[in-house]
Amino acid sequence: MPATATESLPIASADDVVVVRQRVRELAIMLGFRLVDQTKLVTAASELARNTLQHGHGGGVQIVPLLNGSKKGLRLVFEDHGPGIPDIALALTDGYTTGGGLGLGLGGSKRLCNEFSVESEPGRGTRVMIARWA
Amino acid sequence: MERIPILKIGSYLLVSIQVDMHDRLAMTLQDDLTEQIVRVRAKGVLIDISSLEIVDSFIGRTLGNIAAMSRVLDAQTVLVGMQPAVAITLVELGMSLPGVRTALNVDQGLALLQTAIDQGDDGAGDGH
Repeated sequence: MPATATESLPIASADDVVVVRQRVRELAIMLGFRLVDQTKLVTAASELARNTLQHGHGGGVQIVPLLNGSKKGLRLVFEDHGPGIPDIALALTDGYTTGGGLGLGLGGSKRLCNEFSVESEPGRGTRVMIARWA
Repeated sequence: MERIPILKIGSYLLVSIQVDMHDRLAMTLQDDLTEQIVRVRAKGVLIDISSLEIVDSFIGRTLGNIAAMSRVLDAQTVLVGMQPAVAITLVELGMSLPGVRTALNVDQGLALLQTAIDQGDDGAGDGH
């Protein structure tokens, strides 16, 4: 598949997290990302896909290839309808965790990308957008 | 069930992770390794991650756990072959794998294991 159209992938199991990682890698390669940039984006995608699965009780990701003149990139939008994040600033703090992990997922993903935003409504769900340019 | 093979060579256990691990597979490896360390009385564990294209916080935590658990079971762990892009990403993510011994390749990893075992080192070189 060419890297021009928006794609949606479900995140409902640990295997889906692997599928998301692999598809993001394929698209990043097609878009001409260097190895380090591929690795950063795929790692961020892995963290956020796991968050969607574990904290959001499943959801999905939209993968959007970006073309801005000669600049190429990828935007990933993770969405779930889980319990939401009551305090986003706290959730972005390294070491803060509610899931028994290391608490690096959200803050770490932010550091690995060029653009990052979180929207969340308690009881309604969470939407995390990241983008990285090649 | 899907499993990552663990090879026994002398008093060492050797693991080469060749697949993109989902979380359950990483947990299974942790359980299998600790069990094998006790069963074969292994003194060292060498984990080759040269084929791993990413190490995220979950995989990193699992590798750290394996090193800590093996230390408690009187075995040393060395992680070998991490790709440079993976190392850069891991540190930027916020993980520096404290308490995990690393070497560039299998040869150096085996030499490091031997030295650590000879010296009776507890593997927690940085004070952890």
